Amino acid sequence: MAGDALTSSEYIKHHLTNLTFGQHPDGSWGIAHSASEAKEMGFWAIHLDTMFWSLLLGALFIYFFSKAAKSATQGVPSGLQNFVEWIVEFIDTSVRGSFSSRNALVAPLALTIFVWIFLQNLMDLVPVDVIPSISGMLGIHFMKVVPSTDPNATFGMAIGVFLLVLFYSIKIKGIGGFAGELTLQPFSSKNPIVNLIFVPINFVLEFVSLIAKPISLALRLFGNMYAGEMIFILIAIMYNAGLVLGLFGGVLQLGWAIFHILIITLQAFIFMTLTIVYLDMAHHEH
Amino acid sequence: MNINLTMIGQLLSFAVFVWFTMKYVWTPIMGALETRKKEIADGLAAAERGQHEQELAKERAKDVLHEAKAQAAEIVAQAQKRAAEIVDESKGTARAEGERILTAAQAEIEQEANRAREQLREKIGLLAVTGAEKILRKEIGADAHQDIVAALAEEI
Repeated sequence: MAGDALTSSEYIKHHLTNLTFGQHPDGSWGIAHSASEAKEMGFWAIHLDTMFWSLLLGALFIYFFSKAAKSATQGVPSGLQNFVEWIVEFIDTSVRGSFSSRNALVAPLALTIFVWIFLQNLMDLVPVDVIPSISGMLGIHFMKVVPSTDPNATFGMAIGVFLLVLFYSIKIKGIGGFAGELTLQPFSSKNPIVNLIFVPINFVLEFVSLIAKPISLALRLFGNMYAGEMIFILIAIMYNAGLVLGLFGGVLQLGWAIFHILIITLQAFIFMTLTIVYLDMAHHEH
Repeated sequence: MNINLTMIGQLLSFAVFVWFTMKYVWTPIMGALETRKKEIADGLAAAERGQHEQELAKERAKDVLHEAKAQAAEIVAQAQKRAAEIVDESKGTARAEGERILTAAQAEIEQEANRAREQLREKIGLLAVTGAEKILRKEIGADAHQDIVAALAEEI
């Protein structure tokens, strides 16, 4: 789809449009044929490409990991088991380092986040035109292969983490304790009337910082991956601009891809670490 | 870049993946790691114990060797003492035997000598008598001088 017929802006726009399934304005259900059509579908639409790739990658993750887990022996590990154990131990060390309470959910959660996000980000290293052109040949017009460049994917995970933070905050501290945490700090006074005045101010401050957790989680990952994807797309435009620029673009793409290996790992790690830290905060009284 | 149902779908699949990981990935792998850790610790402890035991055994072996050496030395000393005793004893026995043989031989010699002397005495008596007879035959008969002959024979 390195579009001879498309202008650069059309090419970019095309690459940034998801394969959206939803209700058309005329009431029929189907796949949107353009970006504006997808926008009109509103909330009750679903990005088939994001769902497909993220589910595929997630299934790949649990397939290999559970395969390693099923045949896990206490003897000398080999091959896949060794690799899986290496990741599991790395996650375990991270969780032990940042999470001081006891909760059996946190470590598997961290493992899922790290590997799943890493795999989603890894799709960014597939040259931007390869999968869309294959799907184009199969008649699928839009194909965005990196799920983490779709804010829906990152917000989905961030909201999942946020719900866990809320759940454990209330479970550990009680509704009163959690409400107190939101309203009785950072400002407090010995005078109960002054304290009452501080309540709304405290609530605004604490609520913002609370709500900032999932939003920053989601937007950090989305922003980094979206920007990286955008640079790959811009480099890909160079391929249409003659031999010299095309070769230059190839070198750039290689360099950016190598640099991107660092980014995709780092972003997966940051998402995981912040999740652990937020859950740790939920387990502690201030 | 529209926020839509995809978000809910992602949230649900995220939950399922986390649940699956917790149940079928994390628990068995951590179990295996834990078991291996324990096994390694046990192995190290056993090795240490083995080493300790080896040291003890070495010590014991040294003791046993020492004891054996002492015992051997004692046995040798005893044997030497016994040998000396035996030698002394046999020396004594030999001396006694020699003396006994010597005494017996002396007695026999004496007996022999006595017998020889007796025989000699008899022969000399006879010879003297024969001589005297021969002399006396010329002068007197033997019957007449029998008392002299007897006295002579007695003197010899």
